[in-house]
Amino acid sequence: MALRAQTGPYFGDFGGRFVPESLVAALDELGEAYDLAKLDPAFGEELAELGRSYTGRPSIITEVPRFAAHAGGARVILKREDLNHTGSHKINNVLGQALLTKRIGKTRVIAETGAGQHGVATATAAALFGLDCVIYMGEVDTERQALNVARMRLLGAEVIAVTAGSRTLKDAINEAMRDWVTNVETTNYIFGTVAGPHPFPEMVRDFQKIIGEEARQQVIDLTGGLPTAVAACVGGGSNAIGIFHAFLDDEGVALYGFEAGGEGAETERHAATITKGRPGVLHGARSYLLQDEDGQTIESHSISAGLDYPGVGPEHSWLAALGRANYRPVTDDAAMQALRLLTRTEGIIPAIESAHALAGALELGRELGPEATILVNLSGRGDKDMDTAAHYFELYDRENAR
Amino acid sequence: MNTVGSVIRRRNDEASGALIGYLPVGFPTFDESVEAAVAMVENGVDILELGLPYSDPVMDGPVIQAATQQALANGFRLSDGFEAVRRITERVDAPVLIMTYWNPVVQYGVDRFADDLVAAGGAGLITPDLIPDEGAAWIAASERTGLDRVFLAAPTSTDARIRQVIDASRGFVYAVSTMGITGARSDVDRAARTLVERLSAAGAPASCVGVGISTAAQVAEVLAYAEGAIVGSALVNALATGGVAAVGELAAELARGTRA
Ligand SMILES: Cc1ncc(COP(=O)(O)O)c(C=O)c1O
Repeated sequence: MALRAQTGPYFGDFGGRFVPESLVAALDELGEAYDLAKLDPAFGEELAELGRSYTGRPSIITEVPRFAAHAGGARVILKREDLNHTGSHKINNVLGQALLTKRIGKTRVIAETGAGQHGVATATAAALFGLDCVIYMGEVDTERQALNVARMRLLGAEVIAVTAGSRTLKDAINEAMRDWVTNVETTNYIFGTVAGPHPFPEMVRDFQKIIGEEARQQVIDLTGGLPTAVAACVGGGSNAIGIFHAFLDDEGVALYGFEAGGEGAETERHAATITKGRPGVLHGARSYLLQDEDGQTIESHSISAGLDYPGVGPEHSWLAALGRANYRPVTDDAAMQALRLLTRTEGIIPAIESAHALAGALELGRELGPEATILVNLSGRGDKDMDTAAHYFELYDRENAR
Repeated sequence: MNTVGSVIRRRNDEASGALIGYLPVGFPTFDESVEAAVAMVENGVDILELGLPYSDPVMDGPVIQAATQQALANGFRLSDGFEAVRRITERVDAPVLIMTYWNPVVQYGVDRFADDLVAAGGAGLITPDLIPDEGAAWIAASERTGLDRVFLAAPTSTDARIRQVIDASRGFVYAVSTMGITGARSDVDRAARTLVERLSAAGAPASCVGVGISTAAQVAEVLAYAEGAIVGSALVNALATGGVAAVGELAAELARGTRA
């Protein structure tokens, strides 16, 4: 079977539905609505039209030769999801799920967010469709992504800072699930990545796979052939699966997911889930997981809030187990250096998440050499990260520095 | 020997039903959690539900989250769970069920977990995030060892799922009283009564209602239609604020609800 044809609930040994019984009816309702929508041309057309007239699809590709000069001479081509309305790939998925929310007649949406990009996209769709919106965000992330908290509030969403556990994305998901269990009659959970219980991994992938479908043709049109390698950062894995999916059955195209290596995958402070974890159950699915001997989730660390997650989507675990995709860690510092390099050489400021993929592409270029073409998913723009970057590179005047 | 099933039957014959009390292992300390569990039984709790602290407890409200987070911060290990069962069953003869999220069992090894639970004198597992659809390994291990397995039924469960939960469960079915997470509530939903009626009509031998029950009056109300009432957050709160003595007092008070 073609790898692209794989659907949930299971991706090999991974995936499934490890949830309280109270959520099963809601997951079934969502899954059934999605299965019907898939077959309904009107749904596909409505989503495509939103893509064209609201998000700005198709997003362009940009070849970056001055950046590529630092990548062993390989050609580097960026897929510009940073140019989407709201500034990242997250909007692709949110618009799909918001349309489904309307179809199942619910009036309130909730979401978790790490970097705030999924929260901003959800708050945006809620404003567009007139839905009530509550966003759960770890307290640590509300601080390092304060700009996005303000954006969500301006859009009319309620932002709840989660103070439990590690106070990051994983705890925001726990809190959103508790809300959903309690308010499932009126509320739809717009999940932000390809993790979680079925149908989320399959559904979110399907809403994101347009990235790779567009990019595959765009790269062929530009270069006359397929890329040598495709690179993306991996938090939960939605932008990575989005760009990988169209290439899964192109055997000659190597796929690389770059996980957050934090202070180093050999230290205890990282979020390199596939590199350093082992299979387990978290947030409703069986997948790779950072955990201790007793199965307690280990807190992850990354300079980038969007990658600071100890789990990963089950389809990535499956692709890793099959050897179809490779997963490597990129440290905080390598990502920050790549962020500055792209900015200085090309005038494009990437999100810190996406900068992990850029750092990975620099490494790959040196390995693959000047014959290679590397397609990189530039999943988001860096506006939200200016405060982090300003502190990292000491860009504030001293008296203004916090 | 007292099994979960036999205790529930006996308490429905001699009183209005069974009282099931929850506490997490390791809160506020390991020794106090054991003492509090023993005190519950000595004051009229019929079946113990011992929670294993877990890093990501999606079914739990703030009271239980705070307690289990403290237990983890104190260094709770899975081996403490078995040790607690051993110490409690040496002193009192109420059946002890372990309430655990699924990943710790997977990592320990499902068969090894079952064997060690039997060796410690435990009665079985309540699994809040394991539905029968994903439960094949646990169903096989519990068949082999004779442990009880308590799955959950919710007000939103379809008739087909209710039948599946009844078929998969042994001991009792945990009827989730309301759509929500653990925590005391002022009124236990009508939804609980409807759910228990649906479970009985579908042939469930025993249904125990949990989530939101905190007073003797609520215990009495629930036991008018269900075989058991499960109290959690209220007992944890008593332990947090008044120590073992307060747990004993609350248990005695709740047990009055079984005599109505
Ligand atoms: C720009 C950007 N890229 C990547 C991610 C990571 O998520 P995923 O791995 O699901 O693409 C985020 C998450 O917040 C993000 O904002």
